[in-house]
Amino acid sequence: MTSAWSGGRSPFAVNSKKFGMWLFIISDALTFSAMLMAYTYVRLATPNWPTPFHFSPSIIFSTFMTFCLLSSSLTMVMGVQAMNHGRRKAAVGWILATMAGGGAFVALHLTEWLNLIHKEHVTPFSNEWGVPLFGGTFFALTGLHMTHVVIGLIYLGIMAIAVSRGKFKAEDVEVSGLYWHFVDLVWMFIFPLVYLMSAKI
Amino acid sequence: MSTHSAVVEHIEGATTKVFLIVWSALLIMTGAEVFLAYEQIPIVIFLTALVGLSVIKAALIIAYFMHLKFEKLSLFLTLFPMLILCIILMLLMFLPDSSRLMMMRPQ
Repeated sequence: MTSAWSGGRSPFAVNSKKFGMWLFIISDALTFSAMLMAYTYVRLATPNWPTPFHFSPSIIFSTFMTFCLLSSSLTMVMGVQAMNHGRRKAAVGWILATMAGGGAFVALHLTEWLNLIHKEHVTPFSNEWGVPLFGGTFFALTGLHMTHVVIGLIYLGIMAIAVSRGKFKAEDVEVSGLYWHFVDLVWMFIFPLVYLMSAKI
Repeated sequence: MSTHSAVVEHIEGATTKVFLIVWSALLIMTGAEVFLAYEQIPIVIFLTALVGLSVIKAALIIAYFMHLKFEKLSLFLTLFPMLILCIILMLLMFLPDSSRLMMMRPQ
């Protein structure tokens, strides 16, 4: 018996696109890990770290944003399943539902940012508590995540159009799903470590 | 590799019911995190609970939504030990130094 590693076949039994996406996800996970650690490091080093997240609107908004992302992951997985069963129309519907969840997330996140900027006077470079690193690390971390969500929305939009025109295969939808779930997964760390840890009690 | 996608793939255990259960579990854990934020508990326990719940949530998303549970073990072994090792290497610098910073704070 020849080894699965002797060449001529995929030892992981996944296509190259899916494997490529997994490698990207692992490297991106390290980027976010480093950023979360940097945020926590500066936070621990600063005695008067601000806690500007009031229950209303910040925590309510961020909790609902978590709900939007988790639900969009569920609709994405349903889209992949529909595509696996050859139901293209249903898959497009589920992908559009996923985009609606992601769109709601971005809209709520921008509202929450504007609330912080206008009501709490937090900018990336200054705030009234004299801890500029708060705004710097907060906007860098949540901004990088929001960029991922926006790229995900564009990616899913392209997938929805292509799938509705009969292009792309089930595996391509699954690869886009992997990216979307990863964006959801990162928020599962940002939400508690950034928002809940700095909630104003 | 590309021809197999035309065939209907049936993954044992990956059903709508399972996905709904995982989604509900994720929502319940998120609710628990928000609840804990407003309870008077020591910060170290709170932080441990938050990170613990987040790791469980991430594991559920990876296993079920990202289908890793249904992939070959070799894929998991290629990707994740390296990721965990790198995170441990970062923590090796982060944990001692950040606790030193806490001690150096002006009282």
